[in-house]
Amino acid sequence: MIYDALIAPFAEFAFMRRALVASLALAMGCGPIGILLVLRRMSLVGDAMAHAVLPGAALGFVLAGLSLFWMSLGGFLAGLLVALLAGLVARVTQLREDASFAAFYLISLATGVVLVSTHGSNVDLMHVLFGTILAVDDHALLLVASISSVTLLLLATIYRPLLIECFDPGFLSATGAGGGVYHLVFMVLVVINLVAGFQALGTLMAVGMMMLPAAAARFWAHEVWPLCMVAIAIGFASGLIGLLTSYHFNVPSGPAIILTAGAIYLVSVLAGRFDSIAARYLPRAHLRA
Amino acid sequence: MVMLSRRFFGFTALGVVSLIAMPVSAQSSTAGTPVKVVASFSILADMVRNVGGDRVAVSALVGPDGDAHVFQPTPADVKTLADAKVVFVNGLGFEGWIERLVGSAAYKGPVVVATSGIQAQEMAHEDEKGGHAHGKDAKKEAKRDDHDHDAFDPHAWQDLRNGQVYVDNILSGLIKADPAGEATYKANAAAYKTKLQALDAWVKAELGGVPKARRKVITSHDAFGYFASAYGVTFLAPVGLSTDAEPSAKGVASLIRQVKKEKVTALFVENITNPKLIEQIGRETRVKPGGRLFSDALSKAGGPAASYLDMFRHNVAQLKAAMSGS
Repeated sequence: MIYDALIAPFAEFAFMRRALVASLALAMGCGPIGILLVLRRMSLVGDAMAHAVLPGAALGFVLAGLSLFWMSLGGFLAGLLVALLAGLVARVTQLREDASFAAFYLISLATGVVLVSTHGSNVDLMHVLFGTILAVDDHALLLVASISSVTLLLLATIYRPLLIECFDPGFLSATGAGGGVYHLVFMVLVVINLVAGFQALGTLMAVGMMMLPAAAARFWAHEVWPLCMVAIAIGFASGLIGLLTSYHFNVPSGPAIILTAGAIYLVSVLAGRFDSIAARYLPRAHLRA
Repeated sequence: MVMLSRRFFGFTALGVVSLIAMPVSAQSSTAGTPVKVVASFSILADMVRNVGGDRVAVSALVGPDGDAHVFQPTPADVKTLADAKVVFVNGLGFEGWIERLVGSAAYKGPVVVATSGIQAQEMAHEDEKGGHAHGKDAKKEAKRDDHDHDAFDPHAWQDLRNGQVYVDNILSGLIKADPAGEATYKANAAAYKTKLQALDAWVKAELGGVPKARRKVITSHDAFGYFASAYGVTFLAPVGLSTDAEPSAKGVASLIRQVKKEKVTALFVENITNPKLIEQIGRETRVKPGGRLFSDALSKAGGPAASYLDMFRHNVAQLKAAMSGS
């Protein structure tokens, strides 16, 4: 019974196995990135990025036709450009990052729409560019897995300066360590993870797996690395449970996974260990004499 | 005063001339003016063109690549119908919109039903979950779709012997409308029927070459009922997947299981819009999903199925290749 419910779907179907591995890879790569985005108050970047990639993909389509490689590359470059310009404006002027990001992604989106409509194509570009977790092929799997690996390695390398830059950028520049570079590397990682996620698994999955586990993890840990680990665990659990739900109850798979993550988030809000509603309003015994 | 009366005279003369000219243009084929006829959809239009030849000018209401089931007539269609001498329809409930259109156009001429005299089949796929589900939602489904599930399968042209009956009905319709062309129409019809008979034999030979056990096709088209009966091929609806944009794991798994269980090598799932998903299914079932089948409409000119005969040649070639597993 348990076997039928939990293991059999993965044993029987290759596409289920691939989807599971893809969600694990995505969870591992996006978990820490999501935590850092949440800490830096850049949580809506993911969603904005999904729109910001449009002109790059459109330009790729105009120059090279329906080539997945060129469209993805174009999308990646467009996303990177938006992220960097937003960061630059935030550093150089007094406009904060969220506002400058919003401005640039909207400009980018509008440019993309104009490009698509003037080149008279009826093809839904986004349909071509964005994948679905049920259709993960070798190429998509390798892409997501390698990007996760690169992300984790790179994050490990720049971990300390990046964290200091998050919490106290003044200190970092005062000690001469040059905060800008680390922010740049971090933004590159964000864009890479998102674009790869879009291509392999679709926008909902990519952004959802980045933000929801991170938001939920906040209620279970206090320090950054434990937060990352909890986020990875929640991401993977959502992937597993979501896929099984989609299999047994005939629900679309991407949304099922994200709703599972959402359910975990809601439980965390209500009953998490730190700062949840239960923790704040139902205090446990402390300071016993 | 002189100028005014000259202009006045000029206008009156023009008016009188145009009044005289009008009845002349609305006659049947005089000295080279083709008879205006309307066919309800592209396949029928092609057949009418083959029988009528140069004596007729055929307009199709539902053009190539169109869907007659969800066709919405426009004011231009009303005008086309109003100008027509004869209208050809398929019948058997295929054109749910034709009566209203005839009414709005105030068309009083003959409506020739191409399927008269054909032994109609019932709709297949009544109880497949993937295609048209029945049960509590039957009434809702029947209202949503434009074809009537309790009645007959209208796609009679998918059997080439029925196609010949179509030609006979078209022939009598054209003769009634334009008696002067009777000899031409009869000759054209006879030649066309010979082609249809030859094609029928060809299809039987081609498909007969495929072993009986492999003559199974999974396709979302529900238009091949007559084809299935005439040429001995089993058509199955894809289980689990509808035209929803986002598929579920269960849907994909059901389809894969169905393909493996039925040992089908012919998979035509155009209703799945995501090409990556089609590839994934193909990989897992080790079946190469087939190309496109044309069932309810011809392709545009220059396409692979631009005529009724070409449509059969294309479909049969695709089906045979897929069923043979190549």
